Amino acid sequence: MPVTREDVLHVAELARLAVDESRVDHLVQELNGILAHMDALSAVDTSAVERNISVPVDGTPLRSDSSGPLTMLTARETFAPVMRDGLFLVPRLASHEDAPDSAP
Amino acid sequence: MTAPAYEMVVGLEVHVQLKTRSKAFCGCSTSFGDAPNTNTCPICLALPGALPVLNERAVELAARAALALGCTLHPVSVFARKNYFYPDLPKGYQISQFDQPLATDGCVKIDVGEGEKSIGVTRVHMEEDAGRSLHDRYAGVTAIDLNRAGVPLIEIVSEPDMRSSKEAGAYLRTLRQILQYLGVSDVSMEEGSLRVDANVSARPVGQKELGTKTEVKNMNSFSGVERALEYEFARQCGLLGRGEQVIQQTLLWDALKGEARVSRAKEGSHDYRYFPEPDLLPLLLHADWMSTIKSSVTELPADRKKRFVEEYKLGTDEIDKLTSIPITSDYFEAVARQSGDPKAATNWVMGDVQAAVNASGRPLSEFAVRPADLAQLINLIRDGLVSHAAARVIFARMAETGKPAAQVAHDLSLLQVGDDEALSGWIDEVLAEHPQEAKRYLAGEKKLLGVLVGFVMKKSGGKADPKRVNQLLTLRAAG
Amino acid sequence: MTIPDFARLSASALAAKVDGGNLSPVDTIDASLLRAKEAASGKDSLNLILWSDTDLARRDAASLVEVMARAGKGGRLAGIPLAVKDNIATLGLPTTCASKILAGYVSPYEATAITRLREAGAIVVAKTNMDEFAMGSSTENSAYGPARNPLDVRLVTGGSSGGSAGAVAAGIVPLALGSETGGSVRQPAAFCGVVGVKPTYGRVSRFGLVAFASSLDQIGPIARNVDDAAIAMEIISGPDPKDSTSSSHEVPAYRDEFMPLATSPAPLDGMTIGVPAEYFPESLDAGIRALCERSIDLLKSLGAKVVDVALPNTSLAIPVYYILAPAEASSNLARFDGVRYGPRSESAALRDMYAQTRSEGFGPEVTRRILLGTYVLSAGYYDAYYKKAQAVRALITRDFRDVFGAGIDALFTPTTPTTAFPIGAVTDPYEMYLSDIFTVTANLAGVPAMSIPIGRVGGRPVGGQILASHFCESTMFRVAYALEAALGGEAHQ
Repeated sequence: MPVTREDVLHVAELARLAVDESRVDHLVQELNGILAHMDALSAVDTSAVERNISVPVDGTPLRSDSSGPLTMLTARETFAPVMRDGLFLVPRLASHEDAPDSAP
Repeated sequence: MTAPAYEMVVGLEVHVQLKTRSKAFCGCSTSFGDAPNTNTCPICLALPGALPVLNERAVELAARAALALGCTLHPVSVFARKNYFYPDLPKGYQISQFDQPLATDGCVKIDVGEGEKSIGVTRVHMEEDAGRSLHDRYAGVTAIDLNRAGVPLIEIVSEPDMRSSKEAGAYLRTLRQILQYLGVSDVSMEEGSLRVDANVSARPVGQKELGTKTEVKNMNSFSGVERALEYEFARQCGLLGRGEQVIQQTLLWDALKGEARVSRAKEGSHDYRYFPEPDLLPLLLHADWMSTIKSSVTELPADRKKRFVEEYKLGTDEIDKLTSIPITSDYFEAVARQSGDPKAATNWVMGDVQAAVNASGRPLSEFAVRPADLAQLINLIRDGLVSHAAARVIFARMAETGKPAAQVAHDLSLLQVGDDEALSGWIDEVLAEHPQEAKRYLAGEKKLLGVLVGFVMKKSGGKADPKRVNQLLTLRAAG
Repeated sequence: MTIPDFARLSASALAAKVDGGNLSPVDTIDASLLRAKEAASGKDSLNLILWSDTDLARRDAASLVEVMARAGKGGRLAGIPLAVKDNIATLGLPTTCASKILAGYVSPYEATAITRLREAGAIVVAKTNMDEFAMGSSTENSAYGPARNPLDVRLVTGGSSGGSAGAVAAGIVPLALGSETGGSVRQPAAFCGVVGVKPTYGRVSRFGLVAFASSLDQIGPIARNVDDAAIAMEIISGPDPKDSTSSSHEVPAYRDEFMPLATSPAPLDGMTIGVPAEYFPESLDAGIRALCERSIDLLKSLGAKVVDVALPNTSLAIPVYYILAPAEASSNLARFDGVRYGPRSESAALRDMYAQTRSEGFGPEVTRRILLGTYVLSAGYYDAYYKKAQAVRALITRDFRDVFGAGIDALFTPTTPTTAFPIGAVTDPYEMYLSDIFTVTANLAGVPAMSIPIGRVGGRPVGGQILASHFCESTMFRVAYALEAALGGEAHQ
């Protein structure tokens, strides 16, 4: 399944990367070059492991609800690009009036 | 030719904030209303190198909710990353659950007056909340507060089993009541601890296949959900009636205008690229742990209603009022048990207690008259130590001061006088002061008894036990 | 006070002098800072170190002197100057992952491994150059220019932990931390002629390690000898409540376990070492093959039984790795959005701010891998790529379990298919990916592996790789220690 120009543009959009128009063809070629090597996997019979793949031995460890927050030795303001009144600021969404109060 | 009749088909996705002290994956406080970004740490700020560790309490509350909704808890569930960019989503992905959720296959029983109906619960899964984007705080920019980012949530997904806005409303109210009973959440739509997205479609009555659905978001009350569903159903019926197609899309409800409009967020751009969260291992629930949680699931509203009918012999209407909020029903039950008089307990809780609590503007949990005090007051009435009228005065003072009933009755000199010596003294005085009536009464004119009792009561300042006065006066006429 | 042989002394020897009061931490730190300055000067600057703070290092040394005066002793690494890869969070020095997207970023918290090393008396003197976000095998993909191999400045150091391996090889520090995702400690260790360890997955806390591919990443030590690497492993290993994937497995005293055996007359007596044919393809550099054969003969002479084994799915490791690692990376690197930290490219619209910040912040290899990873996770391709790769990963893991379950104690292979190549020589991305062909398997299977110097070809160092079963680092160290001793000076000839 070769990667197309549209794929590269779609994926760049998903990843929030600005890809220069002049670079798209090159990227298509590069990704196809890399993915061609990945096709070796499709021929592998993995039925034996797929059956047991989801039998975990250890469960994720759990933390007490009363464990306190990690200490930060420098204030948020020291690394935040733009902050006002303790809030991180970003450019307003183009369709902000449509944006619900938060992400879905 | 008449237009075909359409049927509404609704499925709901409900997000519920779990009532934990700290966030789902870090130790930051979940408290609401603190200064922006003060409840944040390297983990919920998604600083480079920080890692999540799951909160035990969040798992407990989620499991309890899932069990109460009749779901099967899965011994293995898997956290997954839901990838998308949004400024209040610090990591660029939300830790959620995808193809192996915490629990599946439950149901919620509702009754909208047409008998009991079961609404399927497809799944209950755990996830973390996003932060808040404040679009109108400053001109031209959006401000981000991440205090809420990482607060634990459960998402409860229903089957498309509801056929009217009324059913959807009943489902939500029942769900809220169950979660309230469990104590797993504050379940307040106003404060955002319960949020609802609705999937709605229309189909001709009798048709099996589902119509194309739309998703309606942004409702901020249960009645808003009902109105939004009505609005959208009518819109879809209009389209179908004109032979047009319903387009699958997301709509945002505007409560002020009473209309839903299409979200401008690009459709089809939601490719969340779910994959298992490699920073967490699968969540394993052991059988003995699950049975502990099962036994911690408190009595649910439906069971409690049934029991109240049997145990306290109360009417349906009274039961509904007394069990709608768990704390009210707990209060009622304590008063009923301690006073031994469920009927009186019902009247007091639905009457003076409710009125006083409403007037105070504080929750019942903070009400000064505790169940034991009210039970004592009821017993004072039963024992003839205070009159019913006096009891209401006493109650009002108890609500102000928090003092026990007997003490307030004493302080206000409202204890009834029942000893014969004092009563006989008042009777002697009354008979002396009203010779005409006394003479006629003692001569056998029995209808004057009530008048004379009234005089005695007045003389005693309301403290005389009317029953005993009655008896004593009757004895005099006989003698 | 100058320290003769500073550039060749082991960490344990140096720490013993400091702990015994024969040397001050101030001296060891000054010696390290001086070496660093020499290595950075002139046209042959090695470009191994990205960030250092002389005053901070001296202050840390001075406070260690005070601590030692109070306690009467230092730690096991008292006064040891430590170089740390720039993707491990440290206080006081930037943590940029050699990326422009984190330019100037100083972490407000510290990685667990760093805390443990500092508590043992080590002092962080430098953050080292690396391939941006650890994506690369040569340390050429750094936003701050390529690192150069101290043995020959025309050559790459290998990568991605090239700065750390180079700093140890150049005599700047006796001990450094790198990180592994597919060979990023072992491969540069091999190229620079030093020892590098990739612990069992879960053995060392990842808390504070900037994630590249979370299911593969591990912090690992780089040292001049096996003993120092084992000491560092004892210190940094063990469960950490801040990393859900860290193992609760008890950490043995590695040295106590392997030293008595390794120093006996037949130190590998009773051991069976497997040699997998898949790691000796016909295309393998003849010089590397010859050095491996010499090491295998030595292993036999040390008492080990050497047998041929098969790891049949080895050839699938690179395709699996280059699906899973970019997939996880595409998600792990989503947090670099210019909202909360790091430089931001200002733009009127949020979408443009994201795209500009990220496009200007990430270099070409990182961009390529984010695109690749996003593609393999996207709707319609997930099953064919990501899911399939996970299944094949399970097959690769099973290969190792089968071998170790059949009585094989350890495996011996070359670390890399070639020696260090000239800077700029490899331009095709996939050709570069093949540098990891012998190392990625251990990351995919989660087993421990290490590289030790086993000789030189045309003056260029060659690494021999020793692998063991999950959490059997002691076995791995025992083989490595015995082979290192048997090779003696020939390891560097």
